[in-house]
Amino acid sequence: MLSIKKLKVSIENNLILKGLNLEIKNGEVHAIMGPNGSGKSTLASVIAGNDNYKIESGSISFFGKNINNFSPDERAMMGIFLAFQYPVEIPGVSTINFIKTALNRIREFNKKKPLDAVGFLNTMKKKMNLVKIDRDLLSRSINEGFSGGEKKRNEIFQMAMLEPKLSILDETDSGLDIDALKIVSNGVNKLRTKDNSTIVVTHYQRLLDYIIPDYVHVLIDGKIVKSGNKDLALELENKGYDWL
Amino acid sequence: MSEESKIIKEFTSKEYEHGWSVNLEADEAPIGINDDIIKFISKKKEEPRWLLEWRLEAFQIFKKMEEPDWANLNYPKIDFQKIKYYSAPKQKKSPKSLNDVDPELIKTFNRLGISLNEQKKLTGVAVDAVIDSVSVATTFKDKLLELGIIFCSFSEAVKEHPKLVKKYLGTVIPRNDNYFSALNSAVFTDGSFCYIPKGIRCPMELSTYFRINAANTGQFERTLIIAEDSSYVSYLEGCTAPMRDENQLHAAVVEIFAAKNAEVKYSTVQNWYPGDENGKGGIYNFVTKRGICFGNNSKISWTQVETGSAVTWKYPSCILKGDNSVGEFYSVAVTNNYQQADTGSKMIHIGKNSKSKIISKGISAGFSQNSYRGQVKIMKRAKNSRNFSQCDSLLLGNKCGAHTFPYIDVENKSSLVEHEATTSKIGEDQIFYCLQRGIDEENAIALIVNGYAKEVLKQLPMEFSVEAQKLLSLTLEGSVG
Repeated sequence: MLSIKKLKVSIENNLILKGLNLEIKNGEVHAIMGPNGSGKSTLASVIAGNDNYKIESGSISFFGKNINNFSPDERAMMGIFLAFQYPVEIPGVSTINFIKTALNRIREFNKKKPLDAVGFLNTMKKKMNLVKIDRDLLSRSINEGFSGGEKKRNEIFQMAMLEPKLSILDETDSGLDIDALKIVSNGVNKLRTKDNSTIVVTHYQRLLDYIIPDYVHVLIDGKIVKSGNKDLALELENKGYDWL
Repeated sequence: MSEESKIIKEFTSKEYEHGWSVNLEADEAPIGINDDIIKFISKKKEEPRWLLEWRLEAFQIFKKMEEPDWANLNYPKIDFQKIKYYSAPKQKKSPKSLNDVDPELIKTFNRLGISLNEQKKLTGVAVDAVIDSVSVATTFKDKLLELGIIFCSFSEAVKEHPKLVKKYLGTVIPRNDNYFSALNSAVFTDGSFCYIPKGIRCPMELSTYFRINAANTGQFERTLIIAEDSSYVSYLEGCTAPMRDENQLHAAVVEIFAAKNAEVKYSTVQNWYPGDENGKGGIYNFVTKRGICFGNNSKISWTQVETGSAVTWKYPSCILKGDNSVGEFYSVAVTNNYQQADTGSKMIHIGKNSKSKIISKGISAGFSQNSYRGQVKIMKRAKNSRNFSQCDSLLLGNKCGAHTFPYIDVENKSSLVEHEATTSKIGEDQIFYCLQRGIDEENAIALIVNGYAKEVLKQLPMEFSVEAQKLLSLTLEGSVG
């Protein structure tokens, strides 16, 4: 599904990713761990197409297509979803209106008819239950005045609505208490299929108790220095990053 | 060019939609202004003697006044002798019913999406259509009259209801109020007249569509709305003009009178031709709008969505004379390319416990300048009065300007005035968030801008709210940052 080869990325002339390789197949969950400033969030942003970052060399391919020059909305329509570490507020725009606009554009791209109001509401109700988010919150201006937990739940709700092929969770666990963490993880797990893949970017092993990864990669100074299975996460928890 | 500035550019370079003109045969006055022209207009309108004299006096006042220069606007001096003050599409006779209206005119309005056909009663809106200097049709007149509601062109009101016109004309906005109100009083040609009798709630939206069609012509309309005790009316005004290279002048006067317990809601969607992307052409819009909450517990609410005109000079105001009266002003003003807007409101509190609210949302793009100018004056007698003002500015790109000029004057100690102002830019992070969900740039900007203006847009009657949202998106298409 996703193939990243020798990727070098800079921001304001600072090289952040220094030749990164990553292969993700359908249905897999990959965790990216690493200390602060190692480039984890950069990786998430670059896959989503944030043009603040410059690709110096290397390639990102999605289902065999080089998407280096694809705009963020093209990538989103192809099925890449980023759950933001810091979800953005848009005053006066409700989540419902926002996600309806997004969903119908993605449907159009996939040559499906736009959902009518009833169809949309039905879908919404089902997905709301997944992350235990209530209707009131979705009618309010998106993320405005939301608590940290509400923002993250809203991200997963949007992910559920858009049914992406590849989801990237950028530090979704940060700022969540244990109950919220369980709700969010539970939502993510229910959305897992044999075709969809997930990248979990996280600092802590804690989240991986709930979202069990197939692979764990350690990112240090812009490169993946070690890969393994879920036991690697536990090892990191015990030993820290210095031994690598 | 960054992604953001690219978006801004695309978003702001959208072309004006109503830029066509039709070849209507016109009956016109010679160019220029003098006593004879005023007599010519008055005669064309078959006006009574008193009104002609009223006009001529206004012209004397106008000649003694100076063009105001305090606004944050920059435009060449207007040569009032180069304007045509009267132009009427030729019709065989004045139409008795819609069947007599020139089909070309009906087509013109159909093109604007305004149906003058009463059979199409879908919208529940009565329309008065004004082209250049005259009203060409008013719908649902008879039905409204059954309730005692008078809704007709101003010219017709002068003929059919002279007492009402004489009693109220110039009482809210005197001829010498300002330069442009004096000019309008001298040469006004048509507009709408509306009278809601005591205790009547007007069952449909009343609306007037103004269109300037003829070249070199100024439009000077006059609107008078009178709401008697405990009545209610919601009124909407829409404006468009063809694309022309030269600047055309529009100087309207709107007066509203609200008696005891009456409520008037006045909404405007102004989409005059704004000039091209280099700032050539466009309408100069100098408008005086004021309402008086004369009786206790009366309410006047102004809502405006301003997207057009090369230059806008406009301050819809309320005089809160009645105790417990309420004045509101909701505004979205968008400027793009080289447009300039100096707009806001005045709230004059005279009555006790009077309340006012000003919500102003400016959106500037391109090389435009957008100013909010507002006055809140609380007189000594207006004990326990309240005002809340909120002036927000949104900038798209870094070549435009937003300015705020609030004037606050409170003469008693029991009143409370609050003023909030913010300036923001559409954030790159907001756009990226939308893009990441699959929403394209253009729709992202439309979504963000409409969200920003939502508080004002929701004040508009339903069907116009949808129109206004589309208009905002179109006006800014091609522009963010």
